[in-house]
Amino acid sequence: MYSHGSESLIRQAREIQDSELQKFYSRLVKLLQFKEVSHELVDSLHRLYLILFANKYSRTLPSELQQNLVPLLSSPSEQLQVLSSAVLRETLPPCGEEKNIAQLNSHAAALLLSQAGSKDDLSDLCAQIIRSLEIRPSDGPTPSLMHTLPFVNSILTHCPECLTADHVILLSKKLVDWLRYASIMQVGGASSGGFFSGSRSRQPAPIAELDGTVSGDFFTVLCVGQGFTEDQWMNVYSFSMLRHWLLTYRGVSNDSMVVDAANRLQLSLSFSHSLSNDDRSEVDGSVVSMVSATSSSSRLLSPKERLREKAFQYCLRLIEQCDRKALKKTDTDLQKACLVEAVCILDVLCAEDPSLVYRVFPCIKALFGRLSSDLSFARVLLPAAQFYLNHGEMAAVDCESVWKLVFSQFPAELFNDPFLAHDFLRFLRLNLEGLQRAAPHFTRYFPNFLKFLAWDSPATLEDFVDLLPSLVTAGSAVELLHTLLDLPCLSATLVLQLRSTSLPISDSGSRGLLSLDAFRNPTFRGLFLFLLRTEAGSGDTIERLSTLHSLLAESAEWPRVVHCAQTVPVLLHIYFNTVITVADEKLLAHLILAMLERSNLLLNMPTYCKEIHRVFSSQLVRLCKLHPSLVVDQSQELLEFAGTTANVYSKEEVYTHVVWVLGEYLSLSSDSRCSVRLITSCFESLEAVLFEVTSSAPPPGSVCPAPKVITTLMSALAKLASRSHDLIPRVSLFLSKLRNVTKGGSVPWCSDEEDMVAIVTRGEELWSLLKTPGVAQSVLTPPPYVNAPRWHRDANLALPLQLRALTALTHSP
Amino acid sequence: MVRCFLIHTVCPISALSAGESRLLYSRTFSPDEAVLTEQHRELSPEERRLLRKEKLAVVARQVHSAVSLTREAAGRVLVEAVPGEEALVLQEADGGVTRLRAGDPFCEEASAVWLAVHSLAFTLVCEPHENLLLAEGSLRSLSRHCLEDLHLLGQGSEVLLKSSRVDVLLSRLLPHGQLLFLNHRFAQSLEKEVAGYMSK
Repeated sequence: MYSHGSESLIRQAREIQDSELQKFYSRLVKLLQFKEVSHELVDSLHRLYLILFANKYSRTLPSELQQNLVPLLSSPSEQLQVLSSAVLRETLPPCGEEKNIAQLNSHAAALLLSQAGSKDDLSDLCAQIIRSLEIRPSDGPTPSLMHTLPFVNSILTHCPECLTADHVILLSKKLVDWLRYASIMQVGGASSGGFFSGSRSRQPAPIAELDGTVSGDFFTVLCVGQGFTEDQWMNVYSFSMLRHWLLTYRGVSNDSMVVDAANRLQLSLSFSHSLSNDDRSEVDGSVVSMVSATSSSSRLLSPKERLREKAFQYCLRLIEQCDRKALKKTDTDLQKACLVEAVCILDVLCAEDPSLVYRVFPCIKALFGRLSSDLSFARVLLPAAQFYLNHGEMAAVDCESVWKLVFSQFPAELFNDPFLAHDFLRFLRLNLEGLQRAAPHFTRYFPNFLKFLAWDSPATLEDFVDLLPSLVTAGSAVELLHTLLDLPCLSATLVLQLRSTSLPISDSGSRGLLSLDAFRNPTFRGLFLFLLRTEAGSGDTIERLSTLHSLLAESAEWPRVVHCAQTVPVLLHIYFNTVITVADEKLLAHLILAMLERSNLLLNMPTYCKEIHRVFSSQLVRLCKLHPSLVVDQSQELLEFAGTTANVYSKEEVYTHVVWVLGEYLSLSSDSRCSVRLITSCFESLEAVLFEVTSSAPPPGSVCPAPKVITTLMSALAKLASRSHDLIPRVSLFLSKLRNVTKGGSVPWCSDEEDMVAIVTRGEELWSLLKTPGVAQSVLTPPPYVNAPRWHRDANLALPLQLRALTALTHSP
Repeated sequence: MVRCFLIHTVCPISALSAGESRLLYSRTFSPDEAVLTEQHRELSPEERRLLRKEKLAVVARQVHSAVSLTREAAGRVLVEAVPGEEALVLQEADGGVTRLRAGDPFCEEASAVWLAVHSLAFTLVCEPHENLLLAEGSLRSLSRHCLEDLHLLGQGSEVLLKSSRVDVLLSRLLPHGQLLFLNHRFAQSLEKEVAGYMSK
């Protein structure tokens, strides 16, 4: 599809020499002056476009060429219109030159839009386009209206103030006409009759619905015919921009209150005339159906209100029409899109006029009831859920069934639909406040929500960065931590779940055989079912985690699982950032224990464990810094961890930080419960580990511990000794022994020369420090106010302020 | 409203670094952001054009990355397709939507709906509250036409040399960036018009 040919074309376009380019320009000017549409002209214009497009930096065309291109915008040949518009769009607009284009066709309008230099330009352009809507047939040939509404919508998107109030009124009236009163007859298509069909014109037939039956109500986008009249086309364009129009002009009733009143007056005056030509809405020739019959009288409403009423009728009719079974698949897809649009428009209408809620709700409720059992309509039900969220309270409707479907079923069954995932997470993100008010228990469904992340982490990570803080609650914090740590397992399980349903049981040729067997094995069912749970609350984690990890060992290489694992550290940081704001000390203690426990219990993936350990280390230090008494509180568990020599080798980073935390915060100043006995027992555990590590080579399969571990151990011992001076001799003895041992050359527990030097240097520093216990105590166990000096911030003592005050006093008159 | 429509590569290209995408066609429907916002007022028109191009390149890169990751995760192996297999190729195409945060690269948030067909991707950048079901359907329809009218399953150079065909297609199916609710009859009518143009 993309070949060397294309690559070389681009290169040629970029590297064209200036002389060649000038020759090309002059040739082109000559061709343009011939004024005929030759193949060579078209080809040259295409090449010119490529030369301009392929370059990041703009080229200016010679003015002669530019002048000859502008008239092409109004050329009768569409090909020339398109090409000149494209070429001119890629060049810089000439300064100060007025572009006077007589007839604004779609391509010329596009050019002017892209090169508009200011909002005024846009306003002028807009006014010109809207004027073309007012041209009556009697004034001469009307230009095609087809591109006018999209153009207006484009301006509306970027610069709504370009439309004046008059424009808004005019367009509102036109939209009403096109939406509600478009012709309901088909334009006969080309007669495919044979020789005998003759020149008798066919009787115009009425339009039909998507299932082939004759239509019984006004024209909508879901009506078909052989050919279409212009107002039927405008019906399509009008509906396509309707939501945006309503959104732009909602709540603009403040300054138009006066306008509305004036309009009412105008309307009532106009009714005294007989039927006027340009307000066809007086002629209501359509067959009245249930929808139209239930509408309120639209006689005395302002154009804006009339548009709202007609929009309302249109949407209800669409919803009715979507119940029919379309004959073509593309139409079925269109029906779904129409349902989404209709529900969204009704939502906007109800937001502006709450009295509509009572008329709309039965319809939405019926729709929900009809579609809730069919998961292929999930993307339609999300806007319906939004409607319930926005207006459910007002209508005093019970929304439980809605939340159950949306939060419990959708993620569990549709996690692998990228579009649903996007819509769903967007729904959560935009409605966090509303959900916290209307359905506060939604946070319980985090195991379900995380399935989207586990399946497609790159696409959904951004959304979860925004959502995760809201899912962290004190009640489920521990479970959430475990769930986050096991996200790669969830990812693997989802893969297995899908594979299991799509592959027959006896298929032996598939990859991932072992884990798939385990998935299907009833003995391990419970493990996988826990991961696949929809709601939190049934336990923090499972006991047989290590079994689960070994069953899923081969999934560590699956790309989906690898992608997922890469996102976990980021999520953990966000988690901890939030949890410290909602957790009390008890919960934080629980979390520390969970971290220690899980540092061993992770899915065995090469970099995953390392990354998680890194997160744990930094978060452990952070929690202890915030609440130093946690260390004394959890001293038993921390000591157990720190006293196990194997941890030095298998969890080096976490171990180092646990030791550091013990050394730093196991003191009386952190917590009054810290006794001498506690300090001594901690000292002894650490001492034992240090002896072991520095007396023999590391066990087979492990590397020498990093110097940081050793120095941290030594520092911790020194700190503890400084708090209980009886221990000082023991430390000093060890440190001098260490110095002697290392003088003798290399040691089995340290392979690098520089590392050795670092360790010895630290040892000597500590040794000399401990020679004066008083100094050691202030250095190694500083009182709290040393770390958080306040006096520098005391403005009263700040020197500049004193000087200023004195100066002011002495210099005042 | 659709902000822009792009056709770009999602395969490794020797002349570019990994992850970079070659933009083969781009059409922006909105006026210059600089005209509407206070940002970038000090830039000259040339610099603004460069900025626009860079922003589109960023979008293409992000979609390229999304496509690669999706294909990697699904373990999909791509089989070369030959002209004539457009319908099949479209059915098996990867589709998805990428969220473009505010500021990265556009001032406001946007969603990039993409469809990746072998080594090319078709991307529609939409406003965030856009009807994505409609956007998806429109994108599929546009892609089908591009594949057929530009013979993309062959050499694929026509997208560079016959870009006006895409312009005409967009002017009917996505006029000024407006997504249209077209049932099969309306679509057929527009397609006939487009076909008339293509045959010239």
